Amino acid sequence: MSAGPSDDSDRDDRKRIAQQFIEAIPHARALGMRVDDLGPGRAVISMPWSDHLVGDPRTGVIHGGVVSALMDTCCGAAVMMHPASPRSTATIDLRIDYMRAAAPRQRITARAECYHMTRSVAFLRAVALDEDGENPVAAATGAFTAER
Amino acid sequence: MADRNEPLDRIKSRRDSALNALVSGVPYMTWLGIRFDRRGDELTAVLPFDGKLIGNPVLPALHGGVTAAFLEVTAIVELSWVAMWEDLESGRIAPDAAVPESLPRLPKTIDFTVDYLRSGLPRDAYARARVVRSGRRYASVHVEAWQDNRSRLIAQATGHFLMPQP
Repeated sequence: MSAGPSDDSDRDDRKRIAQQFIEAIPHARALGMRVDDLGPGRAVISMPWSDHLVGDPRTGVIHGGVVSALMDTCCGAAVMMHPASPRSTATIDLRIDYMRAAAPRQRITARAECYHMTRSVAFLRAVALDEDGENPVAAATGAFTAER
Repeated sequence: MADRNEPLDRIKSRRDSALNALVSGVPYMTWLGIRFDRRGDELTAVLPFDGKLIGNPVLPALHGGVTAAFLEVTAIVELSWVAMWEDLESGRIAPDAAVPESLPRLPKTIDFTVDYLRSGLPRDAYARARVVRSGRRYASVHVEAWQDNRSRLIAQATGHFLMPQP
């Protein structure tokens, strides 16, 4: 499907609003999160590597907790982008599988998708990638509240 | 076997400096402001409230990712602490924050599942972890976090970890 100029500007508007939304979250701002893409029930958010986020000083690998924070934020954004337009959302549970260490000094990108929505619960899947976009660093599944 | 007559200040300084080495070696723990209270071998993690930990500025509430990170850090420190206790007490190891090679290698998280029970208030949070099973290669750890009341948990989690191989 091709996107006309008005679709593009809609998308830019939504992205700008989402970026403002992210910047209003102190912890997302503290981690330097950036909205890269949005779609219906989908979000892509990334953040830079940084010295103070290191979990293993021997290798410079970022702490798993940072990846959790990024995936949690990205899943929340995907819920808010769902066509059912929930007013707000909160995490009920989130499971993260750590497949490999993220490469030091590389940007981390999370992609989340809301694959099912009931009247009050959203079901999410997400992956986290470093600059090797083929082999995910981590995968997550979660359930979020959806306030209508 | 522990020496019954070992001076108390020496015992305390050995344990405190090992714990300090475990925590201060990890930049992310320092950035979040996490510290550990120790009573004998029992550890309680403390996350002092800070504005940058907020995830919902309207309520306000702690960021779910901060809660997850706090639980995960607590699980890893508890697991390392339990694993090194015998070696520490017998004098086989003496972790020192100033000597990077003396620091124990940390377990790696395989998976971590967080159950969010209440929204985190803008106040200090506490957590305690329990090693449910620790084998030579794999370990399972349960961890709970609370704020004002120990019986009103804000979140709990279970994680599986790969132990550092000697």
